[in-house]
Amino acid sequence: MLRFLLSRLLQAVPVIFIVITATFFLVRMAPGGPFDDEKVVLPEVKRALEAQYKLDLPLHEQYFAYLTDLASGDLGPSFKYPGRSVNEILFSGLPVTAELGLYALIIALVIGVTAGVIAALKPNTKQDYIPMTLAMVGICMPSFLLGPLLVLVFGIYLEVLPISGWGAIPGDKILPSITLGSAYAAYVARLSRAGMLEVLSQDYIRTARAKGLPERWVVIKHGLRGGLIPVVAFLGPAFAGLLAGSFVVETIFQIPGLGRFYVQAAFNRDYTMILGTTVFLSTLIVLFNLASDVAAAWLNPRLRAQFQGGQS
Amino acid sequence: MSLLNVDNLQVSFTTRNGTQQAVRGVSFSVEEAQITAVIGESGSGKSVSCYAMLGLIPMPPGRIDGGRVIFDNKNLLELSESELRAIRGKDIAMIFQDPMTCLNPFMTIGEQLIEPLLIHKNLNKTVAKARAIELLEEVGIRSPAKTFNSFPHEFSGGMRQRVMIAMALINEPRLLIADEPTTALDVTIQAQILKLIADLQKKRGIGVLFISHDLAVVADIADQIVVMEQGVVVERGTPKAIFESPTHPYTRKLLDAIPTGQRQSTTDHSAPLIRVNNLKTWFYPSDSDTPVKAVDEVSLTINRGEVLGLVGESGSGKSTLGRSILRLAPITGGSITFDGTDLTELEGRGLKEFRRRMQMIFQDPFASLNPRMTVYDTLAEPLLLHGICSKRDLAKHIASLMDDVGLARGFIRKYPHEFSGGQRQRIAIGRALATKPEFVVADEPVSALDVTIQAQILDLLQDLGREYGLTMLFVSHDMAVIRHIADRIAVMYRGKLVETGTAEEIFETPKQDYTRSLLASIPGAALGMPTA
Amino acid sequence: MTAIDASSSQDDNVLAVAEKGSSLWHDAWIRLSKNRMALAGGLVLLFFIVIALLTPWIAPYSYETQDLDLGATPPSAAHWLGTDVFGRDLLTQIMYGGRVSLAVGFIATAVALLIGVTWGAIAGYLGGRVDAVMMRIVDMLYALPFMIFIVLLMVIFGRNVLLLFLAIGAVEWLTMARIMRSQVQSLRQQEFVEAAISLGLSTGAIIRRHVVPNALGPIIVYTTLTIPSVMLLEAFLSFLGLGIQPPQTSWGLLISYGAETMEEYPWLLIFPGLALTITLFSLNFLGDGLRDALDVRGSKD
Repeated sequence: MLRFLLSRLLQAVPVIFIVITATFFLVRMAPGGPFDDEKVVLPEVKRALEAQYKLDLPLHEQYFAYLTDLASGDLGPSFKYPGRSVNEILFSGLPVTAELGLYALIIALVIGVTAGVIAALKPNTKQDYIPMTLAMVGICMPSFLLGPLLVLVFGIYLEVLPISGWGAIPGDKILPSITLGSAYAAYVARLSRAGMLEVLSQDYIRTARAKGLPERWVVIKHGLRGGLIPVVAFLGPAFAGLLAGSFVVETIFQIPGLGRFYVQAAFNRDYTMILGTTVFLSTLIVLFNLASDVAAAWLNPRLRAQFQGGQS
Repeated sequence: MSLLNVDNLQVSFTTRNGTQQAVRGVSFSVEEAQITAVIGESGSGKSVSCYAMLGLIPMPPGRIDGGRVIFDNKNLLELSESELRAIRGKDIAMIFQDPMTCLNPFMTIGEQLIEPLLIHKNLNKTVAKARAIELLEEVGIRSPAKTFNSFPHEFSGGMRQRVMIAMALINEPRLLIADEPTTALDVTIQAQILKLIADLQKKRGIGVLFISHDLAVVADIADQIVVMEQGVVVERGTPKAIFESPTHPYTRKLLDAIPTGQRQSTTDHSAPLIRVNNLKTWFYPSDSDTPVKAVDEVSLTINRGEVLGLVGESGSGKSTLGRSILRLAPITGGSITFDGTDLTELEGRGLKEFRRRMQMIFQDPFASLNPRMTVYDTLAEPLLLHGICSKRDLAKHIASLMDDVGLARGFIRKYPHEFSGGQRQRIAIGRALATKPEFVVADEPVSALDVTIQAQILDLLQDLGREYGLTMLFVSHDMAVIRHIADRIAVMYRGKLVETGTAEEIFETPKQDYTRSLLASIPGAALGMPTA
Repeated sequence: MTAIDASSSQDDNVLAVAEKGSSLWHDAWIRLSKNRMALAGGLVLLFFIVIALLTPWIAPYSYETQDLDLGATPPSAAHWLGTDVFGRDLLTQIMYGGRVSLAVGFIATAVALLIGVTWGAIAGYLGGRVDAVMMRIVDMLYALPFMIFIVLLMVIFGRNVLLLFLAIGAVEWLTMARIMRSQVQSLRQQEFVEAAISLGLSTGAIIRRHVVPNALGPIIVYTTLTIPSVMLLEAFLSFLGLGIQPPQTSWGLLISYGAETMEEYPWLLIFPGLALTITLFSLNFLGDGLRDALDVRGSKD
């Protein structure tokens, strides 16, 4: 197991490195700089600013300087908001986005798995069609459509739920979490249905029934272990998706989270901000993917043995 | 009063293509402490009858149309699901065919083993564990405590089947239903498991309902044999009665299909066609450093016109040897000479020329034909590739090939999935013979077929062998089949050649211990199966 | 062996007389046609595609026609779906937007298909070292957080529609490659491929005649399911302002405008939203139906 973990970690390092490098050069190569669309600035002042932010150095020197700072965990100062460092902005937004993501994930897993398992128990009946059609709606209605619709219905027409902010008014976390979580609930539902159907058609389920085990025992103790592996494997991509989804949801609901800062930084050409956020988020995504791959492999005793160096 | 009495059972299935009657009025019984064997080929309804008894058939597509199954003075077919559940795993237990897929790979052996105890006898985990370990020992597992905590994938087929037997017997049932429990096992292991079942049955006085397709296998252990065909019982009786004086034509057909007798070689085959010298085919898997020595320094000769039977169990390397000779497996060392030319050196066009002279017939008729090509396409391919005939004569040629292999010409535009297993194998044989090869490797060509069809295909192969003057390497795990068809025999074990000799020599005076154990595992010995 | 000349006239008729078999494609088509949802999805999709192709000729108003005095109005006889804040007919906007959204969907998927299938087929068939290297590249690219890169690319390189296609295609080809490779790999081990090798067929002929036709199933299914995912991606980017730019329009863009003014003019959000959702629905149901008909395992999600 350890060998597998280490080898995957080692593979992750070059990936992160490529991300950092590519982002760095891409951002620098873009036409226009961070100060171009400000009000007209005297050339000397512009030069001074550029010197302060090291923009006057040759590109490769900027790069190495950046890497050095990175190694010590310093993501640099923000261009757009002088006086505030990227680290500061990042970490102010992180808890918000993390909480949003967590709620969305919980909604996705709880609703998704329950719906999927229920559907798999009686395939091709109403018990199957109804949850799966709802799941299809969830997949086909993107968050930037669902969000505004929910706001329209619950916020404006019915006026029962708040439509912006996070933590300011009680209940303002409900709509954003549902918006972000529903697409993933849909994916999880389909995945768990497919996984359970596959498992329930296996011979060992028939053996379990032949032993006289009650149906609930058969489904839960024998079925779930294998049936939910696809869901665990999906957690990695789901995490990346939730992060991307947060860009939209935070914009719609005016939530001061990482996603919104990232989008703003992208518009404002705030180099260090873009770079810092990309590096940070990418690292998180890579690690999360790794964790979910490892977890999915661990759940299968056959694969687990393989990685421990045993025979299979 | 019988232990189990099946009376006029009727079961049907509703599929996309309409309703099919799987079981059409079947009656038989199992007596206390006796073994009743139900024999039939695919489609006979033997498994469906037994699964239906315990309510293990999914009832939407399946439906019980009538009949009674009396056990313990109750009609099982009328019991509710929860009443049936109380019986399953407690009074009636079941073991299945494929031990690989029948155990939950995600749970330890122990976890699965104690479940029947926890559910039916309400024991606590510690007591259950102790009982389970006792039982593991009883079924012949050597380190029961360690096995208890291990996962199924760590064990071989034979061991897994022992675990399944332990799991079935743990609650001391009065009836054991065994659905083809040895079909998926190697011959020597099969003999062990059969003996285990017979011993345990006697020791515990259980009634056993043994389902199989193989008359020879049950001949040794059954008290009563029931023969089924197409959903009805056609004959029943003691093994002796069935074997010596069968009454129904189907029973007779089954008996005739058992390969018997030794091939009488009339001509002297002494001119070698193929020489294999110290052949090594080793595989290097990516996740470990030790190579898999599938074929490990094997040397043998195959003479012109003879049928060399290559016999061994799974993992012996017999299939790999056949494939290596045909250059279908990567050779790591040694040489193969075909009619004087070293095959291991050939590539490209040279190799293509030799491919015309040697062909292969594969085991699985479902997988060896391209599902998207018609019979015409499949047979035309080799003919066109090697320029055997012109495009104009193609239809003629193919038609005559079909005649040779016994396929009705009207099927020429049909696709593989529209044929039965036996017909598909005929198509595969036709494809192999299209280029009029000198040498054919037949890799378990009949193992995937029903017993009666097996006999037909074996006869076909023998006739065609004579007609085309073929030299054949016949690979099989089935000693009875080999005895029936081979002139000389080679025995393999774990990649190495154990013994070679004429059929007579091998069967009557085997020199190696392994060969002897193989011979001892041939089922039907107890009934003194005829040898001539 | 039977004498050939004895029955020669009979032989020539064999093909003509024999009953035609029922190929697997035929069986799949029958299965598909019994699936009402899938058929409905297919028909709706066809309808949308036809409309999109004919838009320049059948749109009720010209694309640029504005009526600033009119402003935004709800659905009426003159404007079936209403108008936006500039007085532009919403139906026309949606039709033109559909052209773009569907085009992006199909073209980007085609790009992904081309690259992915070729890559996967080569890796799967050749196996060994080549396969290991090719798939390692795929794995590494897979680990890159593409969403973030695309956002970056879009911001940085300006809003070039061509680049949009390429960027989206670059994300989707990876999964296509994986699927194709695993298909080809498992086919390669099938006995009928071994039989083809033992007959002496060249590698090219084997791939053409034996591997590709049998690998098509999952590819078709996956392609049908990739299109909606691509369309969603384009809509997502356009919503954030990073995708299609005015004066062009797409459903994503229309939805973002609609969201801004949804309180006063909800139809500006609802109708584009419906168009997108219905299209996605159709594609997904069709894809699912194809998957069932072709009996393919494994899902995209």
